[in-house]
Amino acid sequence: MSASPAAAFFDEMNVPDGGVRAGYEAIAEWLKQAPRELLVNRKLEAEHFFRRIGITFNVYGDNQGTERLIPFDIVPRVLTAVEWQKLVRGLEQRVKGLNAFIADSYGEREIVAAGIVPEELILQNPAFQPEMTGFTPPGGIHVHIAGIDVVRVDADTFYVLEDNARTPSGVSYMLENREAMMRLMPELFGSLRVAPVDNYPDALLETLRSVAPRSASRDPTVVLLTPGPFNSAYYEHSFLADKMGVEIVEGRDLFVRDNIVYMRTTEGPRRVDVIYRRIDDDFIDPIAFNPGSMLGVPGLMSAYKAGNVTISNAIGTGVGDDKAIYSYMPEIIEFYLGEKPLLSNVPTHRCREPEALRYVLSRLHELVVKEVNGSGGYGMLVGPHATKAERDAFATKLKAHPDDFIAQPTLALSTVPCFVDSGLAPRHVDLRPYVLCGADGVRCVPGGLTRVALKEGSLVVNSSQGGGTKDTWVVEI
Amino acid sequence: MLSRMADNLYWLSRYTERAENLARILHVAQRLAALPSAYAGASNEWESAIATAACAEAFKEIYPDGATRENVIRYIVDSPVNPSSIKACIETARSNARAVRTAITSEMWEILNEGWNEMRGIEFDGISQSALTQFLQRVQQMSLRFDGAAYRTMLRSDQYWFQRLGTFIERADNMARLLDVKYHVLLPEKEPVGGGLDYFQWSSILRSVNALTSYHWVYRENVKPWLVADFLILRPEQPRSLISCYLELNDYLDQIAEAYGRQGPAQHIARSTTARLQNANMDQIFQSGLHEFLVEFIEENNRLGGAITQQYLS
Repeated sequence: MSASPAAAFFDEMNVPDGGVRAGYEAIAEWLKQAPRELLVNRKLEAEHFFRRIGITFNVYGDNQGTERLIPFDIVPRVLTAVEWQKLVRGLEQRVKGLNAFIADSYGEREIVAAGIVPEELILQNPAFQPEMTGFTPPGGIHVHIAGIDVVRVDADTFYVLEDNARTPSGVSYMLENREAMMRLMPELFGSLRVAPVDNYPDALLETLRSVAPRSASRDPTVVLLTPGPFNSAYYEHSFLADKMGVEIVEGRDLFVRDNIVYMRTTEGPRRVDVIYRRIDDDFIDPIAFNPGSMLGVPGLMSAYKAGNVTISNAIGTGVGDDKAIYSYMPEIIEFYLGEKPLLSNVPTHRCREPEALRYVLSRLHELVVKEVNGSGGYGMLVGPHATKAERDAFATKLKAHPDDFIAQPTLALSTVPCFVDSGLAPRHVDLRPYVLCGADGVRCVPGGLTRVALKEGSLVVNSSQGGGTKDTWVVEI
Repeated sequence: MLSRMADNLYWLSRYTERAENLARILHVAQRLAALPSAYAGASNEWESAIATAACAEAFKEIYPDGATRENVIRYIVDSPVNPSSIKACIETARSNARAVRTAITSEMWEILNEGWNEMRGIEFDGISQSALTQFLQRVQQMSLRFDGAAYRTMLRSDQYWFQRLGTFIERADNMARLLDVKYHVLLPEKEPVGGGLDYFQWSSILRSVNALTSYHWVYRENVKPWLVADFLILRPEQPRSLISCYLELNDYLDQIAEAYGRQGPAQHIARSTTARLQNANMDQIFQSGLHEFLVEFIEENNRLGGAITQQYLS
């Protein structure tokens, strides 16, 4: 299939009859009168800014491209304050539901008893950590930081595309994109009331401190645990640690004695209360999990379970955010919160159900099929864009392991104008807002990371697949 | 603070300082080598540049036929087999800085990152004289800006102190090596006063540490070998002199000891070396041997580096 004409998609700035939507007036006006050279210059300036501050990511499996810049588009993406408020209520509800489900998965499993979620989806989930069974983390919260990917299909409808409840990344781009835009487009910030996002690190620190273990002092010590400078998100790790004013530690900086976690400092050992870890579960403790891990801290899991340290997000949260559980999220929210979900799921076919599998196989050319445990846009089939041979090969995989896949209709993702080589042109976007969940409440800064598929007609926004980013403005009108 | 961070800070400062010193050495060697031999003497400036850069043995293994302008520049600037080439110093400083982004200010990071980005764009193969001179100048500027940024933007806490310790340990080491390589030039017996030949050698030592102008301000005399040695070893007014480095080292070690509430071997070593410098005078040093004095100093300085590592960085 060829890409549909852009007019078939909901454009967030331009209305088909030629006007612009609420919130975009000043931006459209500015773009109209800005000469092309100005836009080219601003784009170069932005690139220069990002290279200078060193905000880069490493592409795995690419020896050439270590430390690449993610392409940045200078046209902002706008949400009105009203749209945002509505979205936030849905996001908060979603994360509450997610937390309740994960707690239940490692607790009584009432949702299984109620016949809503099949038990094997929990127990056989590779992200399920038996170590966590019966353990309640400090504050009873498992997911402190969630990134919920949403897409828009029309003026009123946002779909949740994916929940990220492990170690969601990208928030540094939200913050640095804003920083860049404030330098590049001061005139627009002068005429629009854009809600600030720069308090995110403070909100994150408050959240982390609120879930410190009871044995911690009144002034708990928070650290950020990174796999190290070679990790693709290292810039973000150091950026966040810096903005929060906490130490960024590697596994070798920490040790456990008598179930207490310490860091090696110039003044001798110092106790650590909360670990904001950006390391996957399997690598966090070579004794409890992957014995080959050089990144983790031996004995950390045992200190955690003794209640002497908080790990954030908790171990084993992946049980709640894979694509198989995703399809149950509406039921999950209703079950635990007794409320109707405010944000819709994308209609999802669970290939593990024979009838759904038959349907999916017959409609491969119009569906998107995703691996239940995949991420980053790898291992998925975009039916309408695949060749017959690709679809046939995928069908074989699908029949062999139906449990590993879900399928969704190809969404008509909204577009936002981008400044590309040919000038301003619509490109598809998604949005990842960050939801913080502490013992003292839920926080969500107004904005998020807008990812954009820069290739014409493409629906894949992942940076590893040629996606870029935009600044996201929540605007009072 | 984390020991690993302190270690990174300490070494990133040492490498930045080292890159600057190497650039200065090459810069001055170029100047001297450009003089007619009647002024510069028959000595091989490139041999002495290699010796000052403390890599003579490794260099000889690769270039057994001796030092020439080409191979020395190549080796000191960007040889992949020289772990202390200017390029390697900047690479290491930048990757250390990247690993401790939170412990340095954004200004410091940007200066190193910019220097590194700029360096990556240079093709050193067949680099022209003017491009090389410009590069060496940029390296010196980078180090100066880095130093200034550290001084003006860092919080006065242990992060700053460890950063400073690295700078001054390295500076003291480089200064002592520079003097040791040139000690024969400084020996007073050989001195025919005002002789053109040595004059350029002496002033080149001053020039390589950017101290030629200040020398005149302090002594109001022609360049004389014992005064050059006095200036660069014992005069606290000269910010690169050995005693200056040690007064700084003492100061930062004291601040660390006070903040942490205890002292250790590092403080003791620094104090005794400082006292020795304070009680020394140039006559004595020359009598008992400038070379011996410098060799001993370099050893003591290494011992202090080791003590700092042991006490705080591991």
